[in-house]
Amino acid sequence: MTDFYSGFWGVFIAVIVIASLIWLAYVLKSQMVLKLKKGEQAQVLHHTWDGDLQEYNNPLPGWWVGLFFLTIVFAVGYLVVYPGLVVFGNAWGWSSGGQYQKEVTKADNKYGPLYNKFLAMPVPDVAKDQEAHAMGKRLFYTYCIQCHGSDGRGAKGFPNLVNHDWMYGGSPEKIVETISGGRHGQMPAFGAAFGEEKVKDVANYVLKISGNNFNDARATRGAATFAQVCAACHGPDGHGNQDVGAPNLTHPSKVWLYGKAESTIIETITNGRNNVMPAWKDFLGDGKVHVLAGYVYSLSHSETK
Amino acid sequence: MENQATYNYKVVRQFALMTVVWGIVGMLVGVLIAAQLVWPELNVGPYFHFGRLRALHTSGVIFAFGGCGLMATSLYVVQRTCNVRLLSDKLAAFVFWGYQAVIVSVIITYPLGITFNKEYAEMEWPIKVLLAIVWVAYAVLFFGTLAKRKVKHIYVANWFYGGFILAVALLHIVNSAFIPVSMWKSYSVYSGAVDAMVQWWYGHNAVGFFLTAGFLGMMYYFVPKQAGRPIYSYRLSVVHFWALIFTYMWAGPHHLHYTALPDWTQSLGMVFSLILLAPSWGGMINGIMTLSGAWHKLRTDPILKFLITALSFYGMSTFEGPMMAIKTVNALSHYTDWTIGHVHSGALGWVAMITIGSIYYLIPRLFNREQMYSIKLIEVHFWMATLGVVLYISSMWIAGVTQGLMWRAVNPDGTLTYAFIDAVKATHPYYFIRVLGGLCYFGGMVLMLYNVLRTIAEGKAVDAQIPAVAAHA
Repeated sequence: MTDFYSGFWGVFIAVIVIASLIWLAYVLKSQMVLKLKKGEQAQVLHHTWDGDLQEYNNPLPGWWVGLFFLTIVFAVGYLVVYPGLVVFGNAWGWSSGGQYQKEVTKADNKYGPLYNKFLAMPVPDVAKDQEAHAMGKRLFYTYCIQCHGSDGRGAKGFPNLVNHDWMYGGSPEKIVETISGGRHGQMPAFGAAFGEEKVKDVANYVLKISGNNFNDARATRGAATFAQVCAACHGPDGHGNQDVGAPNLTHPSKVWLYGKAESTIIETITNGRNNVMPAWKDFLGDGKVHVLAGYVYSLSHSETK
Repeated sequence: MENQATYNYKVVRQFALMTVVWGIVGMLVGVLIAAQLVWPELNVGPYFHFGRLRALHTSGVIFAFGGCGLMATSLYVVQRTCNVRLLSDKLAAFVFWGYQAVIVSVIITYPLGITFNKEYAEMEWPIKVLLAIVWVAYAVLFFGTLAKRKVKHIYVANWFYGGFILAVALLHIVNSAFIPVSMWKSYSVYSGAVDAMVQWWYGHNAVGFFLTAGFLGMMYYFVPKQAGRPIYSYRLSVVHFWALIFTYMWAGPHHLHYTALPDWTQSLGMVFSLILLAPSWGGMINGIMTLSGAWHKLRTDPILKFLITALSFYGMSTFEGPMMAIKTVNALSHYTDWTIGHVHSGALGWVAMITIGSIYYLIPRLFNREQMYSIKLIEVHFWMATLGVVLYISSMWIAGVTQGLMWRAVNPDGTLTYAFIDAVKATHPYYFIRVLGGLCYFGGMVLMLYNVLRTIAEGKAVDAQIPAVAAHA
């Protein structure tokens, strides 16, 4: 639609708008000639339709005409201040983008210091601070619960934040890093490389090391493949690797990102997984991220609440 | 040529009866989806899910109920006010059966999930093409009849019907421009903000020309007929007709305030929406003032009650509309149930009531009866409908304003006071009141069907003679 950047369209619209307004005013004016004297009755026009349909020729109600003109005058004024006719420029300098920026700046100036004052405080202390905790909770309820749930226990595909089973690490620095920069976790698909049988074998080995029911023969066969391929990220003993976000498959909390049924694990190995946590640094700013990190830290450190 | 001496009432009878039938179907689906919002368990399977039934409800009431009402009345009015039979009986039959085919196709395809994904224009391309053909046939039928009229002057109702027919053809064809990829899938030729603008240019003019101009045509015939009074002001009808036709075309962008739509478009949309106030009220004044000198009839005539109450709701919602188009107000009302309330004060209060009144006027005349089977039942219907609208719109006003205020409430630290779910919980009781209102309105329609069927059973389908044109006309 680049053609609409041509200057012609601005003129085109302006001409139609102005012609429309003049036409409206003209029609209105042309029909205002009739006035009734005091006590005079309006005439019935000399046409009849369908036996008895007729029309009076009453004049236009004065208040109605006034209302009509008022809206036209308002329209012209508004179109100048909030430019609706691009060809006449933008003398007052208004734009929706500018208005938005102004409001954001105002809000930042007003609320920014409330959050920034906690920047100097270490995250575990922020978690203990009552005021910061309350603010962090409200931020969490606005931005985080859609995926992580209002209790922070996550959902299928969205990590649990209260069980100490961290994908990328639960240290204060790591939490700040995750919220600020977001995360993109990928597990490759092995369905084609392994084939159906081998996938099942590996899945049973994973069930074994995570303390679930498993098929012994399959798990034994799967162990070799695990050591060869999966260990690269999940580690030889399945403890995972927080540097690349590879989950610990043996965590005592036994909470699984996608579920621990054999069929789900097979699905994960076959098709892989792709997980995104958005980055919040630009949107929230460091102060809010810091307060939020304090709240998230408190979720798994109940003694700090 | 004996046929030429009578009006073609057959097609009017067909459309009038289907108006009542589709009204019941469309409103029943409306009550169902309103109930789904109160009790989510009612969302059964993919076919009867809210997301699919919602489009069925809107299209059912606007295009099936409203459309049949407009076709019934316009084809009646154009004959009666031109003193001439319809251009062609065969074409009239094609328009009726073609339009019913479109409606039935919609009823089948929407629950199946076959959709073009444009609001109020969800039908896939084969149905769109059929509708375009039927609509052009309807235009030929209407304007062809108008062209061979025996009366020199064109009655004001026909201006409005004519404007409605032309504009809807234009809207449907431009908005529907599609690229088909298979028998039941096509995509819009527009994209991004342009697509959104075309959609709302169509959407708001569907309101302006389908739901306003067309029904004003209805008003200009049935109000003076039922009141037995001349139209209040010919001059007013001239001014507000041209102003309405000119201004509505610009109002679409007010549906896209604070979006990616360019600023200038939003500004234009807002001011033209405000200018619309006076032209809209022109129609209301002309209708209501037509009753001056006959106010006492309102006490005894429930058909007149329907017509005049419709005009009151028309005046109310055409005041509310321009107010909601003001950006500052829109910032509160947009995306809330206030919009739904506004739409229904127009749809149930104005469109449906004027249609119901007109159909009650028509049925006895089409079936050679003095009056409807039961005037009392019309009276009961009127009060059920009124109570239904009031429950519906007041609950949605409260719900909408509550949502708007809760969404924007902030704590002293700048965070939102309420999570989205809090606003949903606060709205829940009002959703229940809406179901009650809807049930009330729907119940009235069932009474109407009974009353209509009894009248038909006692009467006989007769086509009226075309009288000689009075000398001075």
